[in-house]
Amino acid sequence: MSSGPAVPSSEPTVTPEDPSDGVTTVLGEAEIARALTRIAHEVVERNKGAHDVVLLGIPTRGVPLAERLAERLATIEPGLVPADVVGELDVTMYRDDLHRHPVRTIGATRLPASGIDGKVVVLVDDVLFSGRTIRAALDAISDIGRPRAVQLAALVDRGHRELPIRPDYVGKNLPTSLSERVSVRLVETDGSPDDATGEPVTDAVLISQRPTSTSSEGTR
Amino acid sequence: MKHLLSTADLARADAIRILDTAAQMAATQSREIKKLPTLRGRTVVNLFFEDSTRTRISFETAAKRLSADVINFSAKGSSVSKGESLKDTALTLQAMGADAVVIRHQASGAPHTLAHAGWVEAAVVNAGDGMHQHPTQALLDAFTMRRHLVGRGAAGASIVGDPTGQDLAGLRIAVVGDVLHSRVARSNVHLLHTLGAQVTLVAPPTLVPVGVETWPCDVSYHLDEVLAETAPDAVMMLRVQRERMSGSGAGGGAFFPNPLEYTRNYGLDGRRLALLPDHTIVMHPGPMNRGLEISAEAADSPRAVIVEQVANGVAVRMAVLYLLLAGDASKERAGLE
Repeated sequence: MSSGPAVPSSEPTVTPEDPSDGVTTVLGEAEIARALTRIAHEVVERNKGAHDVVLLGIPTRGVPLAERLAERLATIEPGLVPADVVGELDVTMYRDDLHRHPVRTIGATRLPASGIDGKVVVLVDDVLFSGRTIRAALDAISDIGRPRAVQLAALVDRGHRELPIRPDYVGKNLPTSLSERVSVRLVETDGSPDDATGEPVTDAVLISQRPTSTSSEGTR
Repeated sequence: MKHLLSTADLARADAIRILDTAAQMAATQSREIKKLPTLRGRTVVNLFFEDSTRTRISFETAAKRLSADVINFSAKGSSVSKGESLKDTALTLQAMGADAVVIRHQASGAPHTLAHAGWVEAAVVNAGDGMHQHPTQALLDAFTMRRHLVGRGAAGASIVGDPTGQDLAGLRIAVVGDVLHSRVARSNVHLLHTLGAQVTLVAPPTLVPVGVETWPCDVSYHLDEVLAETAPDAVMMLRVQRERMSGSGAGGGAFFPNPLEYTRNYGLDGRRLALLPDHTIVMHPGPMNRGLEISAEAADSPRAVIVEQVANGVAVRMAVLYLLLAGDASKERAGLE
């Protein structure tokens, strides 16, 4: 797609705003909104319309991203009802690393009423990292139906793939080192005001050094 | 959580976590492909020293739906009938590499011994011990109640909202029948109390255990009064466990004069069903003695959720096995127990 190579190039595209606290904002609210709008147009272009498309968000932060994408699809394709094309797909029970971590809480899986058989499923996740979450998602999909095609949209592709998985739509390619942590903050999931400042939370993609991050971890 | 032995020491947060996980498990069971790869490579041993149909099948189904390997072991036809002790049986299971042992035993406390004696490293799940505890039954009862009764509109509407994360606060539950011999009642009293429900036990004085005043519940000897006055949200009928009632007499041992009198005073029939509020559900852990503690009319009425309890049992046991087995066992062990 137009978002650049699937494997991130080596040159750094980010200049740290404030290196002192070790957290860098890579994408702000406006950039995230623009990236989602572009992805929505790419989805429509690639699939020649959006009538067969189903967006499945991977919890936690893939779900609001899928909902936002659906709203944009509805503005591009009149007559499309966002709620009819969005679902969420929990992959916890398909992960290959369950025995390496404390027990994970299982999220909800919710499909649109029309199901996914014969549709084009677009998986939506916040950070694409090792590709193992997507591997689990592909297994989960094959247990709940048989879509015509499965595509992958990620807000951030940070590289370091461990499996032969490539995104179809990328918000931003973000070359990172393994010692960094990429976190995504969304109003829907992280909306309570910041404890320290009391300011309202805004959408952002952040890079920090491990192990400081507390919100969405980029261990995917 | 390393073992599930009793509901008395189950924290509220753990109980709610099991119920929430069970809700997600139940959702997967309406799919075309019900099997999940979650516990691939784990081994679950069903160790049943006492007869059981639904509990054993339920645990076996739950383990298989999660892709665990299941070994069924029943006392009949095994070395236990040759006099092997629980310890030697446990050491055998340990040598075979069991990750979880589901045990039913006629002796109260056998699962506790198995879990704490150091014979096995496996997680131990109590599937009923003597007249002590049957925690997964209580959890599936609580799950069924939460599904039907929590999130209901204030006016008693039948629209049920999403009960995820909620407890059973404010619900009134009547548990009726043979409390004395019932591990289901003991497990339910503690779990429902932990979850905030108000439990009333109803039984003839001969079937109320000694020491019941220390339990967190009310006790009554009069079913009609309880049904009319407390307007319970759920009525749980208990099986009259005649196999545990020794002594002669016309079927009731020394505990009640005859079955007909028991039915008249403590059986749930069409007349008593009519006394209940419209939203009240009727439960029974099974197997039922139709015509004794519950009439066919009550058992087959639309408000009876007895068959659903069985289906929910699989989901709850899947949740318990998932929470005990899916995580990193070595870290859990270091942190808990």
